Amino acid sequence: MSDCCDTGGTVTLAPPRSGKRGQTPGQTAAKISTVALVGPPNCGKSTLFNRLTGLRQKVANYPGVTVEQHFGRMGGVGRGDLVLIDLPGIHSLHTFSEDARVAVDVLHGNMPGTPAPDAVLLVLDALHLNRQLMLAAPVLALGLPTLVLLNMADLMEAQGGKIDVLALARELGAPVAMICATKGNGLDAIARFVNRLSGSPEALAAPVQLPVLQNVASCRQWANGVSARTNYKAPLSSLWTRRLDAVLLHKVGGPLIFLGVVIGVFQVVFAAGLPLSNWLDKILSQAGGALAGIFPAHWLQVLVRDGVWNGMQAVMIFLPQILLLFLVIGILEDSGYLARAALIADRVMRSIGLNGKAFIPLLSAYACAVPAIMATRTIENKRDRMATILVAPFMTCPARLPIYTLMIAAFIPDRHILGDLFGMRAAVMLGLYLLGFLAALGTARLLKSSVLKASAAPFILELPQYRWPTFRSMGLRLLDRGGVFVKQTGTVILAVTFVLWLLSIVPIHAGEMASLTGSVIGRLGHFIEPAIRPLGFNWKIGIGLLSSVVAREVIVGTLGTLYGADPATHSLGLQAALRHDLTLGGAMALVVFFAFAMQCTSTLAVVRRETNSWKWPAAQFLYMTGLAYIAALGTNQILLHLH
Amino acid sequence: MAATLHVKVLSDLPIGCCATLAALDLPEAIQGQLLHLGFVPETRVLALRRAPAGDPTVYCVDGAEIALRRETAQFIAVTSVCKADREALR
Repeated sequence: MSDCCDTGGTVTLAPPRSGKRGQTPGQTAAKISTVALVGPPNCGKSTLFNRLTGLRQKVANYPGVTVEQHFGRMGGVGRGDLVLIDLPGIHSLHTFSEDARVAVDVLHGNMPGTPAPDAVLLVLDALHLNRQLMLAAPVLALGLPTLVLLNMADLMEAQGGKIDVLALARELGAPVAMICATKGNGLDAIARFVNRLSGSPEALAAPVQLPVLQNVASCRQWANGVSARTNYKAPLSSLWTRRLDAVLLHKVGGPLIFLGVVIGVFQVVFAAGLPLSNWLDKILSQAGGALAGIFPAHWLQVLVRDGVWNGMQAVMIFLPQILLLFLVIGILEDSGYLARAALIADRVMRSIGLNGKAFIPLLSAYACAVPAIMATRTIENKRDRMATILVAPFMTCPARLPIYTLMIAAFIPDRHILGDLFGMRAAVMLGLYLLGFLAALGTARLLKSSVLKASAAPFILELPQYRWPTFRSMGLRLLDRGGVFVKQTGTVILAVTFVLWLLSIVPIHAGEMASLTGSVIGRLGHFIEPAIRPLGFNWKIGIGLLSSVVAREVIVGTLGTLYGADPATHSLGLQAALRHDLTLGGAMALVVFFAFAMQCTSTLAVVRRETNSWKWPAAQFLYMTGLAYIAALGTNQILLHLH
Repeated sequence: MAATLHVKVLSDLPIGCCATLAALDLPEAIQGQLLHLGFVPETRVLALRRAPAGDPTVYCVDGAEIALRRETAQFIAVTSVCKADREALR
């Protein structure tokens, strides 16, 4: 690391080497093509990235890790030919965390598939410059041409903070600019930096000697020295933040407001998102039918409608809920309330081995596990995030309701218990919700005491100042999340849906597709009957279970088809047919099975995407299905012996 | 004042009181993270407020507000405890 590491022998012969930094002018003479965006967490880096790239960005995962990689072309400053890489937020280049390892590898050009950057934009939060400067020393020591950006400069000045920018540039040996990423102020400095870089090399500030910093304490001392010499005065913390916190974190008022917010989030996703999804579902069904009608041959119509369009539809109907949830969470996060909510919920979440940041994602899972799992990104601790992802699908989502209501209506008498207050059917439904919740609780505890045991990851939460969220940043966030879902999760869902559809129509004899019972899936249903008979299920239920791997609600349609085609039951309604065919034990075992089982391709696809491996979704599928089997077996056997 | 003299660790610091950070006795990775957030020895820290459930506690250090659980704060030693002036609390 040191500049004075040359051995004595070479010094006398070779021209004086000034270390890595001395090479900068030479590098800048070459045309730059890749710029890396570096900064500590929460410094406004992503907002700046969105500003600089507009919507021309690509999101992917770095190979082998869960860290996401963002690429974009710097169209926002008129340099569409330059690629900007957004690195994960890091405190230092010490490779404690996966994030920091990725950042170091990219900066050194050691990340396969990612070009080595030839310049760096270092973003620092002007409100907390004392500690943010600690990242400056190791980043500048890399020797790449660097522009230091002091973000939230307007907020700092508005709150009585100040700094001598020229002095800071002299101290760091790099140009410094004050910017405001949310408003887009000061971005012309970035344009000048990248343009000058590709032109004349002498425009750079003269390199200065940076101290060799081995540990955090000396790094800190250096940062404090720099901020003292540049007359940095930290802004006073905002009066409004303190006043709002006095209310929002009040002993009694705080939890009440929190409860209101929680109900609000749930209402938005459940009460507004679900009807929107249903509406979209209906529209898309009609459109699919109309589209299929264009094709002349019958088999082509079926292929287009059932094979392809249905898969696309399965992806699209999640979009309203995903976008609404991300809108609400985005407002909460950007305004600063999400950190307060995590603080309030922490005590409760800790009792199940998670932390406060897991609360909102788990709550959203009651509406749909897919956006909930995407929302776990706000949990920085990787183990806690993984645990939250793994338990979220146990929360009772609306896709379970069709089979719940069908079985309850068919098998549970409409009797009152506890006077007129409470019906027996409502009690069973509530019990099923409780069952999912308890399974999540137990699983979280199990995970956190075994594979995901938190060894060195405490709950450290920074409370940012309250700010107004901006429309632009909300819009970019929604486009980003929606795009990731459609492109990366959607393709998996589409593929699986297509394969399952194919299995339900093959083998094709003389141009005729197989009936459901005669298809591969139908035969599999018969094949697994011995395994599910102890649960009180027959082969028809078996086919239903197999076909509902796509999505839970599919089973009701499948059962309708099967019982309708059966001469013994085709004259009965579905409820009566089920009563004719199943015992109470089997019926209750079926709903218990659905409370636990992972019958949702979309969730599996999104888990794969968020964990960047097939290992976790596979383990989750096996665990949940195993648990469902055992619980359904227990339910059937107990009810069998009670009767 | 007498009541605050026995305070030796950050988790025991009453709300509205200041102290000087003395030492962090935590695993290296956590210690590094806390140092980066401003929990540096010799720095003054203020116990600002507790979460409604009584834990975690929000500390004000180096101009930032950071919440720590008791289980973490109890390994951070402090000295020179005193009541914060009204300007710091507001």
